[in-house]
Amino acid sequence: MTELLVGTRKGLFVLTGEPGEPFEVSARAFAGEPVEYALRDPRSGRMLASVTSAFYGPKLWHSDDPAGDWEQAAGMTLPEGGEAALERIWTIALGESDGVLYAGGDPGVLFESRDGGANWELNRGLWEHPTRPGWQPGGGGLCLHSIATWPGEPDRLAVAISAAGVWLTDDSGATWRQGNDGLIPRYVPEDTPPEEAGLCVHRLHRAPARPDRLFMQFHGGVYRSDDAGETWQDIAAGLPSDFGFPLALDPADPDSAFLIPLAADTDRVTPGGQVRVYETRDAGRSWTPRGSGLPQQHAYLTVLREAFDWRGGGDGLELYFGATSGDVFGTADAGESWSTVATRLPPVLSVAAG
Amino acid sequence: MALVRLRGQLKRLAGDRAEHALAGATVGDLLRQLERDHPATDGWILDERGEIRRHINVFVNGELRGREFAVGDDDRVDILPAISGG
Repeated sequence: MTELLVGTRKGLFVLTGEPGEPFEVSARAFAGEPVEYALRDPRSGRMLASVTSAFYGPKLWHSDDPAGDWEQAAGMTLPEGGEAALERIWTIALGESDGVLYAGGDPGVLFESRDGGANWELNRGLWEHPTRPGWQPGGGGLCLHSIATWPGEPDRLAVAISAAGVWLTDDSGATWRQGNDGLIPRYVPEDTPPEEAGLCVHRLHRAPARPDRLFMQFHGGVYRSDDAGETWQDIAAGLPSDFGFPLALDPADPDSAFLIPLAADTDRVTPGGQVRVYETRDAGRSWTPRGSGLPQQHAYLTVLREAFDWRGGGDGLELYFGATSGDVFGTADAGESWSTVATRLPPVLSVAAG
Repeated sequence: MALVRLRGQLKRLAGDRAEHALAGATVGDLLRQLERDHPATDGWILDERGEIRRHINVFVNGELRGREFAVGDDDRVDILPAISGG
């Protein structure tokens, strides 16, 4: 049985089912509220959900039963009396140490919990970084949307911020350095100074089986790093478009990555009305379209950065993605064949598989 | 003291009471006092900067007012979600 936590513009939907078959909606929570992201921590069984009320601002909630009561997490705020307010909590990630979780949000902030998500603390190293006054927001705000932990090394993290690029730490977030060499922002003139360019990373993941390898979907560009995010090389050749948001990996295969390209930054829909997942099995040297079972005619979908996730690995890798059309698709054979998991949901913001 | 009236989620967070007699010289003072009396409301009306959230409306005796507006003992303060959304 697979469980999908689907964050939508109108609440959290818990979908359950057998891989390769349609899923059932087994619970709905936060009716009417935008749920940016939700996950279940497999270590504790606890669910966590980021909800952005249009009225009352962003809040993080946790519960052991999605259909039951949810409790508001404490500490998910910026310093009182400052010039900034927390706008949105974009993502939640499991840490390497027991009970540790991370959350990323707008304006470019990272929070850490050491008690399984009940209490949180702002990462001061990133918040007080001297370059922060020069950080520029992307179209979705100054969002810290990707948090890549390092298996077995809890002190090492990579995070990505739109549009403040990649940030690396080796000391649990006490100090941070940039990891952007090789990224080319084509949306500014080529002679724009790097500190003024604004690096619009759309999604970042680390290959668990080879942790010094990271894959990135950029705002115009797809990149790979083999040195833990210090330098990047473009691997977009062979894709129909190098613009897109979501990215998924096969944790069993460090040479694999999956993308869902969109036509262009001015036309953020699946190219040619065909929904296709592009797969590489050679670290980005070549890409293969996978569309069997996906809509192939007049299907102009938008898939957001957090709406693509995976479960398992190898030949039985499950992949799931949701679109702003309210459709959710999945595969149980590593992308060979796809099917509709759910349809007619509200616009999908995120998918987490467990 | 001014009478602060809450509805819906805010009412539930404030001890499930709709009406609160609170002391303060301004709307902002009243809202801070509400947070002190009912910590569960912290961050729901005022953000970290102390600003009233963009889609929360505060009416004093039926008139839309801001954080700095002076209030008196007999004033009625209604805190309501704005008519917005999608």
